[in-house]
Amino acid sequence: MTITNQSTDKDDTAGLVDQLDSVPRRGAVLRMSEVQAAEIEDSEPLASENDQTMLVNMGPAHPSTHGVLRLMLEMDGEAVVRSKPIIGYLHTGMEKTAEDLTYLQGATNVTRMDYASPLFTELAFSLAVEKLIGIEVPPRAVWIRMLMTEMNRISSHLLFMATNGMDLGAVSMMIYGWREREQVLRFFQKVTGLRMNHNYIRPGGVAADLPPGWEEDVMQLLEMLPPRLAEYDILMTGQPIWRERLQGVGNLTQEEALALSVTGPILRSTGVAWDLRADQPYLAYDEVDFDVVVGSFGDAFDRYAIRLNEIRESMNLVRQIVEKMPSGDYRVQDTKVTPPPRGRIDESMEALIHHFKIFTEGFKVPEGEAYAAVESPRGELGCYIVSDGSAKPYRMHIRGPSFYNLQCMSHMLANSQLADAVAIISSVDPILGEVDR
Amino acid sequence: MQDPKQDFLESNSSLDLGDVLLASGKGVVAFVVLLVSVMLMVWFERKVVSRLQNRIGPNIAGPFGLLQTLADGTKLFFKEDIIPTRSDRFVFQLAPYLSLVPAFLTFAVVPIAGDFSSGDGRVEMFGRQTFIQVADVPIGILFFLGMSSLGIYGIMLAGWSSGSKYPLLGSVRASAQAISYEAALGLSLAAVLLVSESLRTTDIVARQAGEGFFGIVPNWNVLVTGVIPFVVFLIAGTAELNRPPFDLVEAEQELVGGFHTEYSSIRFALFFLAEFMNTVTMGAIIVTLFFGGPSGPNFGILPGWLWGFVWFFSKLIVLLFTFVWFRGTLPRLRYDQLMNLGWKILIPVSLAWLLILGGIRVAQQPDAINLTSSAQANTYIVLGIAGVIFCFCTLLLLAAVSTARRERLKTEGLVAVPMEVE
Repeated sequence: MTITNQSTDKDDTAGLVDQLDSVPRRGAVLRMSEVQAAEIEDSEPLASENDQTMLVNMGPAHPSTHGVLRLMLEMDGEAVVRSKPIIGYLHTGMEKTAEDLTYLQGATNVTRMDYASPLFTELAFSLAVEKLIGIEVPPRAVWIRMLMTEMNRISSHLLFMATNGMDLGAVSMMIYGWREREQVLRFFQKVTGLRMNHNYIRPGGVAADLPPGWEEDVMQLLEMLPPRLAEYDILMTGQPIWRERLQGVGNLTQEEALALSVTGPILRSTGVAWDLRADQPYLAYDEVDFDVVVGSFGDAFDRYAIRLNEIRESMNLVRQIVEKMPSGDYRVQDTKVTPPPRGRIDESMEALIHHFKIFTEGFKVPEGEAYAAVESPRGELGCYIVSDGSAKPYRMHIRGPSFYNLQCMSHMLANSQLADAVAIISSVDPILGEVDR
Repeated sequence: MQDPKQDFLESNSSLDLGDVLLASGKGVVAFVVLLVSVMLMVWFERKVVSRLQNRIGPNIAGPFGLLQTLADGTKLFFKEDIIPTRSDRFVFQLAPYLSLVPAFLTFAVVPIAGDFSSGDGRVEMFGRQTFIQVADVPIGILFFLGMSSLGIYGIMLAGWSSGSKYPLLGSVRASAQAISYEAALGLSLAAVLLVSESLRTTDIVARQAGEGFFGIVPNWNVLVTGVIPFVVFLIAGTAELNRPPFDLVEAEQELVGGFHTEYSSIRFALFFLAEFMNTVTMGAIIVTLFFGGPSGPNFGILPGWLWGFVWFFSKLIVLLFTFVWFRGTLPRLRYDQLMNLGWKILIPVSLAWLLILGGIRVAQQPDAINLTSSAQANTYIVLGIAGVIFCFCTLLLLAAVSTARRERLKTEGLVAVPMEVE
C-alpha cells in the first residue's frame, strides 16, 4: 500500500493521518504542507516517538557533501528518517554583482557559478544578451560554442565519475576520472588560455578563434576516451558491489521529478526524455544527430549510467562538429559589441574610440527582458536578464539546475541508509557554487 | 604430536636463565620484526595503491620513500594531543592501547621461520631446541581468535568514548561487524583444524610441509580443505581487519573518520599502527593456516631455517598485495549488505563445507562408520547424502531469505514517501 495524497482536502488528510498512525513514521518527510504537518502534530503519538532518533549535521564541512552542502539528517540508527538540505554557505552574491558589471564583464562573473562546467553559464548569459540586442552570431562562433560546451559536458561528467566513485569507496576511480578530465582541461587551456573560469564565450561570439592544430587535439581526445570508458565499465558498471550499492537507491518517480522541477540526468533517469538540446534546440543542435539517453528506474544507478553514456554521446557530437565546422568569423562584426582587433587601434581613430567606449562604459543593450536556457550537464541552465537600456543589466538571474535538483534530495533520502545518503548526494551531483550563486 | 599435558609440565619444570633469555630475546626480535614489517607495509600499501592509481606515491623520505612512515610517525608524535571535552577521558585515552596490544600479541603464535621440510621446524638457541616464534602454545589458533575479538574493543570504546556522533556510528558498525564476521572466521578456520587435528600453529605448518598431489602441488591446506574455507577466511579476515571493501567502521566518505574522527597526535598514530599491524598479522595467520607458513623447499646456500623465513615472507607479501589490491579496486559495501554477506552467505557456506569435510573424514575411517567395507565407497555414499542434504538446506535457506525479503519490501511499501503534488 502506497500513500499518495494528491489533494490537501481535510478528509483526505485525516485518512492519511490514520494510515500514518498504523505504520512507523519513517517515511515522513520534512516537505509537507502546513495543513498536513498540523494534522500530524495534533494526532496520536506515532510509533517512532518511543524510539530515540539522532540529529546528524552532515556538512558543510564533510568529505562527501560536494563542497559546502549541509544536510540535517534525523537518524534512527543507520537509517535516515527525515532530512533537510541547507544551503547558503557559498553565497557570494554573484547575481547582485552582475548588476554592477557591464555585459562584456558579465561573462567573467557568471563563469564562476558552476565551476565544473563554466562554459555553459557563459553560453546561457551570452545567448540571453544576444537575444536582447538582437544580433546573430556568425556560424563558426556557433559551432565553436557547441564544440566547447560538448567538451565541457565530457569533462563535467568525468568529474562526476570521479566523485561518484570516490563517494562509494572506489577511491582509485577518483584519480582515473581526474586523469581523463585533465586531458580535456588541457585542450581548454590551449583554446581559452585557462583551465576553468574561461570567459571564452562572450556576447557576440567567442573570445578567440580555435588555435591551429585543434582538430588533432580533439581527435586525440576522442581516441583516448573510449578505452578509458571501457575501463570504467569494468571497474564500476559491471562490478557487483557497485550495482548493489546504486541499484534501487534514491528512487524518484516521474511525477515526483516533474513536480519538483528536476531537470537533467536526474529527470531523464525517471524516463522523461527531456533534453533542451533536442526539445528546444539552441545553437545548431538541430543540424547534428544525437540520442537523448534515458533511464527507466530513476535510481542512482540509472543516473550514473546516463552520465556515462552521455559522455559517449557527447563524443559522437564532437566528432560531427569537427566534420561540420564552418570557416569564417568567430565573432560578430558589429563594432558596437565587438572590440576592434589590437592592430586596428594603432591605425584607426574610430577603432580607438570604439575600443575605449566598449571597455569603459560597455555597450548599451535595448530595454527589455530575455530568458535563454541551455542543457548543462546538470540540467536546464537558464539566464534571465532584465535590461533598462543601460550598459549593465538591471537584474540578472541564473536558473541553476543544481539548486532545483537539490529539492528532490529529501524525497530520495527518506528511508535510506547513511551510506545511501552519500550515494544519493553524489548522484544528484550538485555544484554548490551554482546553488548559492 | 606431543602430549600437551606433558609439554606443559616440561616447560615449567626447569626454568633457568637460558629460558628467560630465550623468551625475552624472542619477544624483542618479534617486536622489532613486526614493527619493521608494519613500517614497510605502510610504505608498500601506499606505493602499490599509488601505482594502481596512476600516481608515484611517497618518494622523498629516504630511498624510494622507505622512511615515509617514520617521518609521519615522528610528525604525529609531536602534534598536539586533543581530547574532546565531551569525551570519557579515561576510556578515550585507553582505547588506542586496547587496539594496539592485541595486534602485537597475535603475532606471538605465528612461526616466522624454521626448516619444516627436512627437520621438524626447530632450531637450537641457547642450547635448546625451539621453534622460531614467541610462544608455541597448544591453543595457538584459539589465542588468535581471542585476540582478534579483543582488538575490536579498542575500536568500539574509542568510538563510544569520543562523545561525538560519527565515531559513535562507527563503533556501532564495528561491533556488529565483528560479531557477524567472527562467526564466519571461526567456522572457516574449523575446516583447517579438522584437517590438521591440532590447534598448535607449528603442527598446522608441519602437516602442510610434505608434498601433496602428484608430488609437485604443495600439501597446503588451501588445497586440502578445498579452497572454499580459504576464500571465506580471506573475506571474513578482510572484514575483521576493517579494510576496504569492508572499511565501514572508518568510512571516510560517510563517517568522516569513523571511530578515530576525534583522535589526533600519537593516539591516532597508535590506531593507525594497530590497523596495519593487524593486517600483517592476519596475512601471517593466513599464510600459516592455508599456505604452509615457513615450509618450502631448501635450495642450499642459506641455512634451512632461513629458507623458512624467505618462504614465509614471500607468501606474506603476496597476501598483503591482495589486501592492497582489494583496496585499490573495490567500492565499499553498505552496512546491510555487509550483514547479508556475513550471515546469509559466508556462515552457511562455511558451515556446510565444514560438515562435508567432517563427513568425508568419518567415512574414510571404516571403524567409525560401516556402510560398506571399503573406505572409498563409504566416501561416495557420504558425499551423496551430504549433497542431498546440502541441496535441501540451500533451498530452505533461499526460501527463508526470499520470504524475509518479501516481508521487508511489503513493510517498506507501506511506508513509502508521502508524495505531494500541488
